[in-house]
Amino acid sequence: MAETGIETILQEHPSAGRDSLIPILQEIQEDQGYLSTEAVTRVGEHLNLPASKIYGVATFYNQFRFQPKGKYHITICRGTACHVKGSGNVLDMAMKRLKLEPGQTTRDRLFSLETVACMGACGLAPVVNINGEFYAKITPQKLARIIEQFREEESTNAEG
Amino acid sequence: MITLEVDGRTIEAKTGETILTALKREGIHVPTLCHMEGLPPTGACRMCVVDIEGSPNLVPSCSQPVAEGMKIRTSTPRVLEARRTIVQLLLSNHPNDCLYCTRNGKCDLQKLAQDMGLHQRLYRGTKTSKPMDVSSPAIYRDPEKCILCGRCVRMCEEIQGVSAIDFIGRGSRAFIGTAFDGGLNVSTCVNCGQCILVCPTGALSERSYVSEVIAALADPDKMVVVQHAPAVSVTLAEEFDIKPGVDVDGKMVAAMRRLGFDRVFDTSFSADLTIMEEASELAQRIKTGGVLPMLTSCSPGWIKFAEQFYPDFIPNLSTCKSPQQMMGALIKGFFADREKIDPANIVSVSVMPCTAKKFECGRPEMSPNNVADVDYVLTTRELGQMLHMYGIDLATMHDEQADTPFGERSTAGKLFGASGGVMEAAVRTAYFLLTGKELENLKLQALRGLKGAKEIHIEINGLEIGAAVVSGLGNARKLLDQVRAGRDDLQFIEIMTCPGGCINGGGQPLGADLKAVRARMKALYKIDREEHTRVSHKNKWITRIYDEYLEHPLSHMSHRMLHTHYEKRDGLAL
Ligand code: SF4
Ligand code: SF4
Ligand code: FES
Repeated sequence: MAETGIETILQEHPSAGRDSLIPILQEIQEDQGYLSTEAVTRVGEHLNLPASKIYGVATFYNQFRFQPKGKYHITICRGTACHVKGSGNVLDMAMKRLKLEPGQTTRDRLFSLETVACMGACGLAPVVNINGEFYAKITPQKLARIIEQFREEESTNAEG
Repeated sequence: MITLEVDGRTIEAKTGETILTALKREGIHVPTLCHMEGLPPTGACRMCVVDIEGSPNLVPSCSQPVAEGMKIRTSTPRVLEARRTIVQLLLSNHPNDCLYCTRNGKCDLQKLAQDMGLHQRLYRGTKTSKPMDVSSPAIYRDPEKCILCGRCVRMCEEIQGVSAIDFIGRGSRAFIGTAFDGGLNVSTCVNCGQCILVCPTGALSERSYVSEVIAALADPDKMVVVQHAPAVSVTLAEEFDIKPGVDVDGKMVAAMRRLGFDRVFDTSFSADLTIMEEASELAQRIKTGGVLPMLTSCSPGWIKFAEQFYPDFIPNLSTCKSPQQMMGALIKGFFADREKIDPANIVSVSVMPCTAKKFECGRPEMSPNNVADVDYVLTTRELGQMLHMYGIDLATMHDEQADTPFGERSTAGKLFGASGGVMEAAVRTAYFLLTGKELENLKLQALRGLKGAKEIHIEINGLEIGAAVVSGLGNARKLLDQVRAGRDDLQFIEIMTCPGGCINGGGQPLGADLKAVRARMKALYKIDREEHTRVSHKNKWITRIYDEYLEHPLSHMSHRMLHTHYEKRDGLAL
């Protein structure tokens, strides 16, 4: 799907005030996958808001990311059901193994990590979503294996 | 008028004011943390709570307005307990290293803990640990010591109109940072240091160059010279617990020699020089239809601010370097020649009321041939620190004079230390340059005082000149927006970064209230009242330096040594 572009999105909010900040950021993230420095600066010019303020507001919510997503985007559910069933350990493992905080992307752009409040798939708890595909009743070991599989695939692809 | 009862006493208050304001006037002390004089309350810290009869909950006095007949008690057990708990909670994740903290002895949090009689940690909280931001040449931020009171954020945004920093993230992970959590050096921070002045803890401090200066002083192969800015001699005493507003110029010069500086120069001399160049530049712009209004260029925080936020005004900026950099250029140029020393063997130190000067001296255009004109900038606080370190007691010094050739000054140069002072000095000299006569009344009352924006219109040779003075960059924004919108009755605008000017600079002694700043300002006016040479063009050494070296204001030589250029800065600016 082609990107709409920041300018087009801003044009759709011509005389926007501060209250349109969140919707604009959401649309840009939807379109570009993340909020780049350039995007934040442009939004700032458009709404007459300092970049620090926009960054402050955006980091208040978990939904915004400031690095492009990786090839494998791992979303770990932190909802109550998943939490009770140990999603905290899954997250810890992922953070350690990938050396990432939620919201970040590995240098090789392969993996990115995100947490969400609830995916609405509590029956599968603890649940992880990678590139749209659900992985049910995940454990740290299972997720570690999945990550390794992706890594191996990538290195064989690179060789082949 | 409203009548209140406070701790059994009856006091009067004005309608609409807050309880805190009324109590302060009566000398009743209520501790505060997030409260900032002159700004609307946020009620964030709850430190200022009091008990009001009939109210089930404690009430924050900084935001609650007074009401007729209110019965207030400021120290009930409930109030004391609430305050103790707040401080305990703030301490729960605060580092324990008061002994090594830049604020030791001057920290509001430390004082509160003492006042509340807290002697052990009750709670242990965690905090996401974050490294100190040491990226800036001027300002250090240590997030570990930050208690998230928000004062720096408000200063930066509401007073300075910069908004380099804000609350980032949420809950226990929240911290104060820049856009994209980059270093201050890549943010819109203009290095003014006003945030340091309002921080209640040791989270903010200047980047210190004390060790570098000590090393230079100990190096036998270096000639170490120091210059001191106009506003330093009227504040340094405070570092020795002397009341604000005492001028210690002579004692300070003596103390600097004790530290081992080979020459002590007075930046007020180069302030006089700035006036010669700037007044001539103004006269030339007026005569030749140059870009007006001309904007002063001696305050480096303002310069970065203009480059970031008002690049369309770059042609309006005076091309004059700041007095610090003019002096620096003369030290490594004229002085080095005269003394036959290789400029690379001179270490040029300046003592400034300012943190932004630390940034200014590192600007690439201030290092011709890769030799910096000013090597290290110390703040007034750092000079105080050094004197204490060397065991030099300012009070016992005998007055000494600064060295020639850059030791002589007029009182006009000294006035640079206060908002309005550059303008006052410039008008005195511009009047003389344009009419050949001295201004009858040298004192320009309308340009004096702590107001954030001041103006006068004067007639010189039948020409009406509109002059405006603003301090605090938020005020600069307002005025520049008027000019952008077409206001055209102004020919000359003085802009100082810090509210009130250098006497309230980001490098000045901590803990000064409005009264202290006013006392510092008065000390400068007293000097102007009592001395004889009150105009820059009558400074004898200024005449000599033009005769011997610079020829005349705006000469080719002057341009090479004393003038500069500016560039639009992109980045996160807005
Ligand atoms: S030094 Fe000035 S501009 Fe920089 S963060 Fe502090 S208040 Fe803002
Ligand atoms: S750095 Fe200082 S002024 Fe700023 S929020 Fe932290 S404690 Fe308050
Ligand atoms: S000083 Fe009143 S709430 Fe902070």
